[in-house]
Amino acid sequence: MTEILMIMLAAILTENFIFIKFMGICPFLGVSDKADKALGMSFAVIFVMTLSSGTTWAVYHYLLVPFGLEYLQTVAFILVIASLVQFIEMFLKKYVPALYSSLGIFLPLITTNCAVLGAALLSISNGYTFLQSVIFGFSAAVGFMVAVLIFAGVREKLRFSNVPKAFQGMPIALVAAGLIAMVFSGFSGISL
Amino acid sequence: MGILYAVICFIGLGIIFGVLLAVASKVFFVKTDPRVEQIQECLPGANCGGCGFSGCSDLANKIVEGKAKPNACPVGGEKCAEKIAEIMGLEAESPVRMRAQVMCSGVNGKSSKKYLYEGEADCNATVRMGYGDRVCPNGCVGLGSCVKHCKFDAIHVIDGVATVDYAKCTGCGVCVQYCPKKIIKLVPFEAPHWVGCSSLDKGAVTKTYCDVGCIGCKLCEKACEFDAITVTDNVAKIDYDKCTDCGKCVDKCPKKIIKTGIRGGIING
Repeated sequence: MTEILMIMLAAILTENFIFIKFMGICPFLGVSDKADKALGMSFAVIFVMTLSSGTTWAVYHYLLVPFGLEYLQTVAFILVIASLVQFIEMFLKKYVPALYSSLGIFLPLITTNCAVLGAALLSISNGYTFLQSVIFGFSAAVGFMVAVLIFAGVREKLRFSNVPKAFQGMPIALVAAGLIAMVFSGFSGISL
Repeated sequence: MGILYAVICFIGLGIIFGVLLAVASKVFFVKTDPRVEQIQECLPGANCGGCGFSGCSDLANKIVEGKAKPNACPVGGEKCAEKIAEIMGLEAESPVRMRAQVMCSGVNGKSSKKYLYEGEADCNATVRMGYGDRVCPNGCVGLGSCVKHCKFDAIHVIDGVATVDYAKCTGCGVCVQYCPKKIIKLVPFEAPHWVGCSSLDKGAVTKTYCDVGCIGCKLCEKACEFDAITVTDNVAKIDYDKCTDCGKCVDKCPKKIIKTGIRGGIING
């Protein structure tokens, strides 16, 4: 139990995917201009990451390991994740149209998201069990949500401030992201 | 042998996923109306929300469902409405093309200020502090909440008053929603004359803080032969259904605040 709690805390705070590992920066900057958009994307990421880390664990241990093909894990995972997202998209469109219309535009973006692939690869290299890797994927995505929501809040405030012309738009957003990343690096002293 | 396993393994995976997705696309097939996509192609795609729906794709859906008219898009204008009506098999009703007009001409120097504002550059924030930094309760704040929300780069603050660039304005009306003082109005695009003041104060009061405020003298009302301009609540208003573009009110106005719009150009308030 403590181990699971530690995996969760590490994935959310000390090993935050965005601010410490610098993965998933593209959606982080892309959807963070409004908090509700950021929330939609975060839920899509949580959904896909949890499912994909479970699936990739199974593919790795029941397909790649028996054939001695561990060195092909990256290629295999990309294939699995892309198909999985496509499948989920079609499934949601048919059976949960409400969820599809809120997550729909974000799902294809996640297909090629490095954070999703990163979570799958890391849970293998950390030697997690099935349950642990699912929890790791879920918490990494929650970490993504925390980061994006904090950043979206900052950016919503930024819209009302007098930003010098040269810094307007993306430059000031990147400066803000850097400052938040520094805050998160304060967690690195805690080893879990 | 290793490479053979790898090739077989990945061909297998590829085939499994391929078949799975092919089956899924049949099983989970959702019938979508092809007209939705066609209509969406006709729409401007700026997602400005001027139609009252959450975006162009939402409007396309609503048009197909019959919940919105083919001419619901205020931005696309006549051409867009015609194309959509053709797709839907309906008669096109051409919408009147509108443009936004800021009913204020109190540029810096003409209209006095109460205090020096140094804070968030947002009209709504300023208005919470004593109803803005201008003495005039109905004058443009000039911090550009409208500018920020315009999807077409058609409104800019010039000399402290928001000014519409007619060449770019599509009449979507988003700026109208975001103006805390409600002094941006939609007028017919071809409307030549407009009153550059929204002050509801009596003439004597308006004079104390603004050189270009409507004093409610009713000279324009008397000059108009068509009943098109009336002074209500101490400010002149033009009824565009009646206005014939004669320009008599413009000549009579002692404050020179009934303006003539130069079509397609920026008018400096």
